[in-house]
Amino acid sequence: MNLNALWAYANPKKFIQTTDKVLPWVSVLAVVSLVVGLIWGFFFTPEDYRQGSTVKIIYLHVPSALMAINVWLMMLVTSLVWIVRRHHVSALAARAAAPVGAVMTLIALATGAIWGQPMWGTWWAWDPRLTSFLILFLFYLGYMALWEAIENDDTAADLTSILCLVGSVFALLSRYAVNFWNQGLHQGASLSLDKEENVADVFWYPLLVCIAGFVLLFIALVLLRTRTEIRARRMRALLARERMG
Amino acid sequence: MMPDLGKYAEAVLSSYAVSIALLVVLVWMSLRRAKRVNKQLEDVESKVKRNG
Repeated sequence: MNLNALWAYANPKKFIQTTDKVLPWVSVLAVVSLVVGLIWGFFFTPEDYRQGSTVKIIYLHVPSALMAINVWLMMLVTSLVWIVRRHHVSALAARAAAPVGAVMTLIALATGAIWGQPMWGTWWAWDPRLTSFLILFLFYLGYMALWEAIENDDTAADLTSILCLVGSVFALLSRYAVNFWNQGLHQGASLSLDKEENVADVFWYPLLVCIAGFVLLFIALVLLRTRTEIRARRMRALLARERMG
Repeated sequence: MMPDLGKYAEAVLSSYAVSIALLVVLVWMSLRRAKRVNKQLEDVESKVKRNG
């Protein structure tokens, strides 16, 4: 595969033409996977012998937590592409992804709190993983606010890219907090390449479908929102040209 | 049809309600903004064309 061909998609027109074809398919796949995964998990899986029916929260909590971290890492990659290659589509893709990542982080925090209350006896603890997720959520809010606060698109892209680099430390901490500090209430990772460490198969398969659904939903939303950002940027450029006469 | 969620019914159902509501709002806002920006861009482009 010729990697240089990827740069063709940095052209806004080419990006919109390509996503015209891809977006409907990704959207349908996202809805189907989410509906199948959540119905399977909610209605057709047993209770866990320790956690009872609260185990059904795993189908929302784990995929959203995974996405919360990985969306930021995707933003890191696109921000680096902006810094190095100055492709506007990559900066706009990072901007488009941020609200999606923020909502994923909020879902992970909310479902974690609701799950934690009956299991740990508290909604919240200043546990390494919980705290790093809260900081990641604040980084998402700060990142979105910075884009809104700066009028010049290129300056906004530069500054938000730097913020993204700094926030990546917390995205990685959120992922590895349990390994770094062997303390706190939160359990270790539910997913691992080592099959022995994963949840039981009866929970694992619907969980995989839900994760696929969350990933596809993220892709669909980022494509849609990036197209919107490209059009909004073109509109601002046309209006500026009009004003200058 | 509805599984017996026992004493944790409130926790499970509220998790699903909150998450689905947040996802629906996110999708709805993304679609609404896409539609609004498309319309605005069309208006600006036709205005620019008219002005030469």
